[in-house]
Amino acid sequence: MSKIESLPSFEQYRKALDSERKKYTATVSVCGGTGCHAHECVNVFDAFESEIVHRGLEDSVELKITGCHGFCEMGPLVVIWPQEIFYKQVSPEDVPRIIEQSLLGGKAVEDLLYQDPSNGGKILREDDIPFYKKQMRILMDMNGKINPRNIDDYIVQGGYTALAKALFELEPEEIIDAVDRAGLRGRGGAGFPTANKWRSCRQAKARDGIKYVLCNADEGDPGAYMDRSLLEGNPHSVIEGMAIGAYAIGANQGYIYVRHEYPLTLENLLTAMDQARELGLLGVNILDSGFDFDIKVSVGGGAFVCGESTALMASIEGRIGEPRVKHIHTAERGLYNRPTNLNNVETWANVPLIINRGVEDYASIGTEKSTGTKIFSLVGKIKNTGLVEVPMGTTLREIIYDIGGGVPDGKTFKAVQTGGPSGGCIPESLLDTPVDFDRLYEVGSMMGSGGMIVMDEDTCMVDIARYFLDFLCDESCGKCVPCREGLKQMQHIIADITEGNASPQQLDLLKELAWTVQETSLCGLGQTAPNPVLSTIRYFEEEYAEHLEEKKCRAGVCKALISFEIDPEACTGCLRCKKSCPVGAVTGEKKQPHTIDQSQCEKCGICLEVCEYEAVIRK
Amino acid sequence: MEVNFSPTLTAIRKHGIGRSNLIPILHEIQGEYRYLPEDSLRSVADIMDIPLVDVYGVATFFTSFSLRPKGKHQVTTCMGTACHVRKSGGVLEEAKRFLGVEPGQTTEDMLFSLETVNCLGACAMGPIVVIDGKYHGQVTPAKVKKLLQDVADAERVPEYVEDRVAAVL
Amino acid sequence: MVRLRIDGQSVEAEEGWTILETARYYGVDIPTLCYDEGLSPYSACRLCTVEIISGGRSRLSASCSFPVREGIEVLTDSNKVRRARKVIIELMLASCPNSRTLQCLASRYGVTEIRFKAEDRDCLLCGLCIRMCKEQMQAGAIGFSGRGVDRQVTMPFSMKSESCRECGACLYICPICEMPCGGPMQPGELCNSCLDTVQLQAFPCREE
Repeated sequence: MSKIESLPSFEQYRKALDSERKKYTATVSVCGGTGCHAHECVNVFDAFESEIVHRGLEDSVELKITGCHGFCEMGPLVVIWPQEIFYKQVSPEDVPRIIEQSLLGGKAVEDLLYQDPSNGGKILREDDIPFYKKQMRILMDMNGKINPRNIDDYIVQGGYTALAKALFELEPEEIIDAVDRAGLRGRGGAGFPTANKWRSCRQAKARDGIKYVLCNADEGDPGAYMDRSLLEGNPHSVIEGMAIGAYAIGANQGYIYVRHEYPLTLENLLTAMDQARELGLLGVNILDSGFDFDIKVSVGGGAFVCGESTALMASIEGRIGEPRVKHIHTAERGLYNRPTNLNNVETWANVPLIINRGVEDYASIGTEKSTGTKIFSLVGKIKNTGLVEVPMGTTLREIIYDIGGGVPDGKTFKAVQTGGPSGGCIPESLLDTPVDFDRLYEVGSMMGSGGMIVMDEDTCMVDIARYFLDFLCDESCGKCVPCREGLKQMQHIIADITEGNASPQQLDLLKELAWTVQETSLCGLGQTAPNPVLSTIRYFEEEYAEHLEEKKCRAGVCKALISFEIDPEACTGCLRCKKSCPVGAVTGEKKQPHTIDQSQCEKCGICLEVCEYEAVIRK
Repeated sequence: MEVNFSPTLTAIRKHGIGRSNLIPILHEIQGEYRYLPEDSLRSVADIMDIPLVDVYGVATFFTSFSLRPKGKHQVTTCMGTACHVRKSGGVLEEAKRFLGVEPGQTTEDMLFSLETVNCLGACAMGPIVVIDGKYHGQVTPAKVKKLLQDVADAERVPEYVEDRVAAVL
Repeated sequence: MVRLRIDGQSVEAEEGWTILETARYYGVDIPTLCYDEGLSPYSACRLCTVEIISGGRSRLSASCSFPVREGIEVLTDSNKVRRARKVIIELMLASCPNSRTLQCLASRYGVTEIRFKAEDRDCLLCGLCIRMCKEQMQAGAIGFSGRGVDRQVTMPFSMKSESCRECGACLYICPICEMPCGGPMQPGELCNSCLDTVQLQAFPCREE
């Protein structure tokens, strides 16, 4: 690939790509997201590749491995264009049939189609599947159409036209104004108005003229993987967004901070950046506009706290991820003490969208104060696990039931957790809450980065509070007393509660500690750490009372409060549980009822798992 | 253990001497040795002109680095919220009990290292256990016991065969 | 010059001063632990927390690092501040119950019980020793290692560091590892009767 020297050349390049691709009568896109990778989608891709060559179809069938399509429950996924036929759970053995019947025969392979659970009907097209129907995938839809390691795919879909427009038709102030009127708010968690940040950074004086734009791809919230899929599947959307932002702010250097647990994302990103540089879309004098911009990638080391802006910057500088006080904002003095603008992956990806769609169109999506869409990772006790993109203002109920398909195995919904370790649990009574920044704050949670974990009757809410405290204690940097010592003491109390060893006074102490940690911690991690505890106390007080006063765990989770017993009437004496018990707590002879020695029992539940006669009871 | 300095030098040459390259360099060294040897860290401090306390601080702050050698088989359980809600806690308990170590530790025979990770991004398959890079989904305490037993059996094949022979004879 | 109010009094400060520096200049007492005039502020102990009212909003913040701003109202002893301060002292005591400095603070600020699970450490991770070693003694022989509850002050690899000149400045500056409180209580308990009489004369009595 050779450098594109000017705007007219760029337009020519795109036109050439377009006409070159007209020869293809069909495109096979194999989902290459991490979930599908875990299901070995690479084998499916290889099978397609060899079969296509074997049949001499290389010049008419375009095969590509794409980013995450979002419907992770149904992977490996394959979509056939132009008809948009959606195939689920494809294995390498299915490939010859797909080629025979769909590509050559023009028919669908029935058994690989998605089946509508409400009426059993087979659905042909992706957009008609209930999971996708209510979504508005303005950010994610490119994931299914482009190979992230081929910049041409992005360009032929209109990629980098927003950057070209910004560089040649708009002034920096106009761009900030557009982002302002579009109402873009940060997608990393707090929802701070993006244009305000950009403006502060633009106005800040750089002592040596150097400013930075940063992308936070640390995505530490457990259960959230939207940023990964976006960056992995469509890295150019972020690169383009950062270039536009840099131009608006007056920066020429960017950094993308990626957590090291995302090796595939890193590879795709580095490849994308190399290709952009080759074409001259990154680097010196982009498209002969006079604007220079390049990006360096920085890798994390396994620290949730490095998602906090000042800790992230410290990590880039090669120091420990210890946050600092932010009385002087990072917009004025951030990375290397220079004016720095940090935004989340999804925020950056929205920028080209705003320029391409136009401010009015973008602002018409969502609610008045929360415009645009938001990507959520809908996971946990939910039928349709995956990545969901909806306009702001969609209700939790619509997301969980209409898109998510509700709770599996006939269980009852109990709560949905949003905002990760900084967020809270929302009960059934509030399911009609529209999802937007302010409404979620009002109910004691927050949008966060987009993790949405669904919980059912088998989830203990006190255990969930404990889980988050354990997580935060592990991840605290340890600098300040309230967070380090306060969370540790909160952890002790919650552990006592789950073990049935706590008194009601300790609940008051827990609340007092929560207040102190919130009010006096140095950084956002500590300040929001008590949220899961506080929101579960707010909405699930009865469960706390049961643990404290009755020493009971209604969900059957807290080990100290449950016991496993064998019903002698149902037990056939098959010896399965006895053989599987890891601590030898089961006694009994063949064909005689077995018993569990409670003093040995570790409550692991393996006996319940392996019994085929439902003779093991959990109390 | 004799430490060959080349991987350290290679890493520094590849990334550069600037302090911002410290973390990527440590990742490379760890990738080579499966841990960060003391001698390597001292070399890094000398060559990159970073105070040793700071290099040591970074090496001990970030959990992806280990100052002690890791085992032959890497066992990682996902502790993400979605996996937790699907009862990954029980899976970790069983892994701990079977291997006899806590997360972050290595078995005495240096065969297994047990780790936890905060989220792998494959929540549809949860609970997840990764053994030597291979993902296993919908894992239960019974399943993880079997998975680990299989690896252990494969490791101890000579003795295992002898045990079986002895049992039969 | 920056004009602000501290505990109802109008005061003036130089641009760049912190609230703590300004308060001390005017003789207003704010307790500190990890702060030392000769070293850079670290804002880790949060004992110097004050209430800051500005733009109609009130929040708590550590005064040792908060730069003065025109028109802010600072309260160093409001109910909110007292409430937060007591819990912070109690948390510190739960970590290092035998420290005389902390026992004195407990008496001064009315902390009469430790309701938390107590340990018996001799380091509060305030970082004074590290900053002293690096900034004043120009040695940088010690530093933080680990993270969170496992954070420690160490020499790398727990071995005697070459840069350590055994000057003893770290021992000198440490507010915790000094002679333990010699009062009549059991180890790990609160004394409350061991008052530092010099301090008592200069400042108001502790609450009941």
